[in-house]
Amino acid sequence: MAGERRKGMKFSKLYSFKCFKPFSREDHSQIGSRGYSRVVFCNDPDNPEALQLNYRGNYVSTTKYTAANFIPKSLFEQFRRVANIYFLVVAFVSFSPLAPYTAPSVLAPLLIVIGATMVKEGVEDLRRRKQDVEANNRKVEVLGKTGTYVETKWKNLRVGDLVKVHKDEYFPADLLLLSSSYEDGICYVETMNLDGETNLKLKHALEITSDEESIKNFRAVIKCEDPNEHLYSFVGTLYFEGKQYPLSPQQILLRDSKLKNTDYVHGVVVFTGHDTKVMQNATDPPSKRSKIEKKMDQIIYILFSILIVIAFTGSVFFGIVTRRDMSDDGKLRRWYLRPDQTTVFYDPRRAVAAAFFHFLTALMLYGYLIPISLYVSIEVVKVLQSIFINQDQEMYHEETDRPARARTSNLNEELGQVDTILSDKTGTLTCNSMEFVKCSIAGTAYGRGMTEVEMALRKKKGMVPQEEVGDDSLSIKEQKSVKGFNFWDERIVDGQWINQPNAELIQKFFRVLAICHTAIPDVNNDTGEITYEAESPDEAAFVIASRELGFEFFSRSQTSISLHEIDHMTVYELLHVLEFSSSRKRMSVIVRNPENRLLLLSKGADSVMFERLAKHGRQNERETKEHIKKYAEAGLRTLVITYREIDEDEYRVWEEEFLNAKTLVTEDRDTLIDAAADKIEKDLILLGSTAVEDKLQKGVPDCIEKLSQAGVKIWVLTGDKTETAINIGYACSLLREGMKKILITLDSSDIEALEKQGDKEAVAKLREGMTQTAAVTDDSVKENPEMFGLVIDGKSLTFALDSKLEKEFLELAIRCNSVICCRSSPKQKALVTRLVKNGTGRTTLAIGDGANDVGMLQEADIGVGISGAEGMQAVMASDFAIAQFRFLERLLLVHGHWCYRRIALMICYFFYKNLTFGFTLFWYEAYASFSGKPAYNDWYMSCYNVFFTSLPVIALGVFDQDVSARLCLKYPLLYQEGVQNVLFSWERILGWMLNGIISSMIIFFLTINTMAAQAFRKDGQVVDYSVLGVTMYSSVVWMVNCQMAISINYFTWIQHCFIWGSIGVWYLFLVVYGSLPPTFSTTAFQVFVETSAPSPICWLILFLVVFSALLPYFAYRAFQIKFRPMYHDIIVEQRRTERIETAPSAVLGELPVQVEFTLHHLRANLSRRDSWN
Amino acid sequence: MSSTVGGGGSAEPSGVKKTSKRPKYSKFTQQELPACKPILTPRWVILTFLVAGVVFIPLGVICLFASQGVVEIVYRYDTDCVPPSSRNNMVAYIQGEGDKICNRTIAVTKPMKHPVYVYYQLENFYQNHRRYVKSRNDAQLRSPSEERDVKTCAPEDNVGGEPIVPCGLVAWSLFNDTYSFSRNSQQLPVNKKGISWKSDRENKFGKNVFPKNFQTGAPIGGGTLNISKPLSEQEDLIVWMRTAALPTFRKLYGKIETDLHAGDTITVLLQNNYNTYSFNGQKKLVLSTTSWLGGRNDFLGIAYLTVGSICLFLAVTFAVLYLVKPRQLGDPSYLSWNRSAGGLQ
Repeated sequence: MAGERRKGMKFSKLYSFKCFKPFSREDHSQIGSRGYSRVVFCNDPDNPEALQLNYRGNYVSTTKYTAANFIPKSLFEQFRRVANIYFLVVAFVSFSPLAPYTAPSVLAPLLIVIGATMVKEGVEDLRRRKQDVEANNRKVEVLGKTGTYVETKWKNLRVGDLVKVHKDEYFPADLLLLSSSYEDGICYVETMNLDGETNLKLKHALEITSDEESIKNFRAVIKCEDPNEHLYSFVGTLYFEGKQYPLSPQQILLRDSKLKNTDYVHGVVVFTGHDTKVMQNATDPPSKRSKIEKKMDQIIYILFSILIVIAFTGSVFFGIVTRRDMSDDGKLRRWYLRPDQTTVFYDPRRAVAAAFFHFLTALMLYGYLIPISLYVSIEVVKVLQSIFINQDQEMYHEETDRPARARTSNLNEELGQVDTILSDKTGTLTCNSMEFVKCSIAGTAYGRGMTEVEMALRKKKGMVPQEEVGDDSLSIKEQKSVKGFNFWDERIVDGQWINQPNAELIQKFFRVLAICHTAIPDVNNDTGEITYEAESPDEAAFVIASRELGFEFFSRSQTSISLHEIDHMTVYELLHVLEFSSSRKRMSVIVRNPENRLLLLSKGADSVMFERLAKHGRQNERETKEHIKKYAEAGLRTLVITYREIDEDEYRVWEEEFLNAKTLVTEDRDTLIDAAADKIEKDLILLGSTAVEDKLQKGVPDCIEKLSQAGVKIWVLTGDKTETAINIGYACSLLREGMKKILITLDSSDIEALEKQGDKEAVAKLREGMTQTAAVTDDSVKENPEMFGLVIDGKSLTFALDSKLEKEFLELAIRCNSVICCRSSPKQKALVTRLVKNGTGRTTLAIGDGANDVGMLQEADIGVGISGAEGMQAVMASDFAIAQFRFLERLLLVHGHWCYRRIALMICYFFYKNLTFGFTLFWYEAYASFSGKPAYNDWYMSCYNVFFTSLPVIALGVFDQDVSARLCLKYPLLYQEGVQNVLFSWERILGWMLNGIISSMIIFFLTINTMAAQAFRKDGQVVDYSVLGVTMYSSVVWMVNCQMAISINYFTWIQHCFIWGSIGVWYLFLVVYGSLPPTFSTTAFQVFVETSAPSPICWLILFLVVFSALLPYFAYRAFQIKFRPMYHDIIVEQRRTERIETAPSAVLGELPVQVEFTLHHLRANLSRRDSWN
Repeated sequence: MSSTVGGGGSAEPSGVKKTSKRPKYSKFTQQELPACKPILTPRWVILTFLVAGVVFIPLGVICLFASQGVVEIVYRYDTDCVPPSSRNNMVAYIQGEGDKICNRTIAVTKPMKHPVYVYYQLENFYQNHRRYVKSRNDAQLRSPSEERDVKTCAPEDNVGGEPIVPCGLVAWSLFNDTYSFSRNSQQLPVNKKGISWKSDRENKFGKNVFPKNFQTGAPIGGGTLNISKPLSEQEDLIVWMRTAALPTFRKLYGKIETDLHAGDTITVLLQNNYNTYSFNGQKKLVLSTTSWLGGRNDFLGIAYLTVGSICLFLAVTFAVLYLVKPRQLGDPSYLSWNRSAGGLQ
């Protein structure tokens, strides 16, 4: 079982596709029917029938837009946002007399905002297009009419073309392999672009086509499945010279994979362009939105409601006032408005209509409450934030040369709110590089090494690892440092095994390891060293182990496997490979040995192997089982090794059946093949078992410790056995001493009994158990905060995930600090993730590295892929990719925390600044009989969001830090600010909004009372509309920028630049705009230079207003820091007091000069690293 | 965002020249820029409030002094200048024919240094009404070639097809009360030059634009203009057309260029023409000197004093609070999530 996951790699990819995109077509057994209708005329694309089929060409376009549809389509994308639609409508209506301001002034910011987003989209798309053009114009050799190969561009390829691909070239389309430079028609391909796997895969042509000479006149028809996205399946038939030959994925060369180790191949184009499997696979990952963004939408709705309420209030007053402008007998009240001869918008006789139209006007006027640039600012900020994540050196992994990568920028702030982490084990917590450490042969355990888990357990128990053992393992490492091999036993190594009592069995054991696999040897010609390309690290470990112990596998052909056995070379004729699958949990090979005897060599999980043993092959069963259990406890992955001899007759009968099954072209071929394989894999003779260690990744225990200190719950979902999982749990400090362990398991006897009685009882039993335990945990949580760890096995999980039990299970699980689910399938992983996500409503993060984690990654709020050894499938499905598990700590505690508080503060501030501005308009309205006259010049207003307030808020979103990265890591509890969402709670949001409204009132009422009717200058001039507007507007600009200055915690030159720069830009704008001819500048003409700047009262008002408007916030904040400090406040203070305390010691100068110098140096380093916080 | 699978395998391995993907170190990319991180320590809080108080209170006193130094005479005449017999229907009186001359006296209680500014003050007059503000055409005011550009001026756009210059409701409702002052039966000249903004005279109102068809159609709104004077010299119009921000406003009428002494009695000869009666608007005549801060308004000084006092009060409060209930800075006992923190930062 331990080997299942590793071996399952290839299968698991299949699984992830089948599982989550199940075949919709059922039971299409016949080629030619629906779903299987493709016909390819090989080497005859000009055949009239072929032309009639009219398959798509090989031109590929991955762009989102084309030149023609860019504008409409990207506009459509833009206006799917409610706020943008609102602004569009406003822009249209602004051409009507309803508008309170001129149309260009409302269009300009909208165009800038939309334009910026469109440019961003366009640039992204251009980049894709460049890739497309490059790919479409690559050259490939095609067999022309004349029978010679001619070069052509990829995009000109047609279905049925016969192409020749050379070494290290990409396949231009999905090809059917006909022949290669090798006689037996094999070739090696690298599929890195498809699944990220770097190992080579073997493909082989059908025997009848592999003759290279006849290729030029090759004529055949292929009937096969329609284009689909299943990378690892292909069903088709080749009609050649009147006969039918089944085709399998073995003959298919996929586009975007690369020919390796083979000089050239010939192939027929089967799928072109967008029909190719890789293109069919190219679907966008499901788009995820962060919780903050969802909440932001709600706030936008609140703002819309405020907007409607104040617009409505204004309209009512306006209606009343307008109605009174003309009495029933025709007397005019405000005669200067000419209410007797007016338009419908001001007509007292139609006051209701006027009020209604005013309502529309007001909706436009107070539109400044809705921050138009919010979305685009957030997008910009998030892109910049993810650049910072990508650029972080601390998350760069030297060995694999991989930096962290934010694949989407949507979820940065969500990283700061993770409540539960669901983690895969293999390759995520562990290195996924397997080392052969122990084995049990014929009931004797070999291998002296200590595993990390054992050492960790001993350490936890307070035992010092035994000197002796430590020395031993040290000396081993000095002797040989062979990757994948960490085995030492004086009874076995250096050929000593010959002297063991069971030497014959030992020989057989290692022979099985050397033969029963699918690895490909790669002999280095210079040194003679052999490396192996194996599908899984386990296999590589086996082959390496057998090599180290004297059974060197050095060559493989399609029909043979050659070994150097100690001193002589033996060649085994390879008859069949019964491949691994996760349902079979085993793999076997059938070989003919040099003595001409037929052997079936088999390895597999203990759960399936023991039941297949022959009666006479169970000699050491008991001991072996015991060893396996011990290995599992030591965190090792085990496989059972068996063999059997087959007599010729039995083989012949079986082979016929097996080949029959293989040549079938139906969907259930695989099942039939499995059934046939089943028949020969029986009566096995037990040899022993292997134990392979998957080392914990560096820093995993520390990282998990930190994360749990940060209050993040960690669930491990693994395919391992319960014992292995528990021990790994201890090793990586997921389970700790003093933690109460709750184990939910249904052992096999239970299962049998329960299965007889039916599910209901099982469910009932589990429920009872879980409710009881939940009650127990509940009680003890009240009494003393004890920690719980829950371990549940796959079978119980099946029941627990049942809808009837879900709730109980979840209730129990969320009370526990750590949860480990063993033997869980990929689907269960995804289901557990969904359960946690939906059940608790908290943010979940799934982390995994393999294709079997894809479902989980996509289901979780955030998917993090480990870009490790096991291919790129998980990374492709992830939102963030990191190279090592330990980087998760920094990703969450530092970047997550920062991004969260940045975005939270940024959104709050955005609403604040727009409310401040919007409400000054409203107050002014009250003094303009709600007629819809804005207090400011049109262009002041339209520049507000775009020029005078946008950059500081972006700087806030990108750069602000409450505490430095080091302190984030030092005080992991700080992370709870995000989990508990204190920075974006409703109180806080509403507090900011209230602050905005209060500020607007202070600004407005102080200004109008100071600038009342009296002269405002020495020369007796009085305040008019333009002066009041400029003064108030300056106050607003100063106000929101100063508010920003006192809200942020981190002042670099960038913040200074942006904040003071924005204010500067406002005055610059005022001067420039005011010097334009009055027909453009209207009320702003010369207003600053001539009118308000020389007036001392204008500056005095500004000073007073800005200070008074900041006062409430400042006092609140001072009060808060004093009495209800937030977590980061304390950390900042603590850091400061620490510095103050340490500073004088250096000043005192009592230390020797040298020490002082070192200290100084250290401190300098420290302050450099901490950026002087 | 989009799939990374397409694109035809452009992810060529980096070949011979092995370039590391290690992010380059810079203080910027590692977010380690030198920064100042202000902390609100008690010392800073108290200091800030103290300094603010210490700065604001003197400023308030200065402002208050400046305002108090201004001598201002406000005389409301809208009701006074209507004969008692017409007071129950003042609208009919003001709209009726005949001279509405009104003779009043004002006592000067404090000496007023010249120049003494003469203002008229209107109340409840919405010069900031959207319909009113928009009803003008700046282009037309500037250049005679644009005189037909009257589209924003309806209903005061043209008379019998001929455009009105200046068009629109603002000009049409021009204030037309007049005042003349005398002291001891000696005329006090009112200088009406230079009462408008220079930029308005020179750039907004054309030197060769003359009033046309102004107040010739019915109904007649406010004052008329001298059709032989270009708009740039019609300063009353220029002042009037610089619309006020609020419904209570003053506008400059002229300047008296002689000092007025305490005890002087000034006789004002008023032409009460302008109709504020239909909307219950008040009309006031204001004589005022100015200080460096402008006219008389105590609000700014009081506001400064108030804010300053609040700051001092806060400084004291905080100082007391810190003394009575000290919290050690960076006290780790607060580092617990048992308390529910929240609210505005």
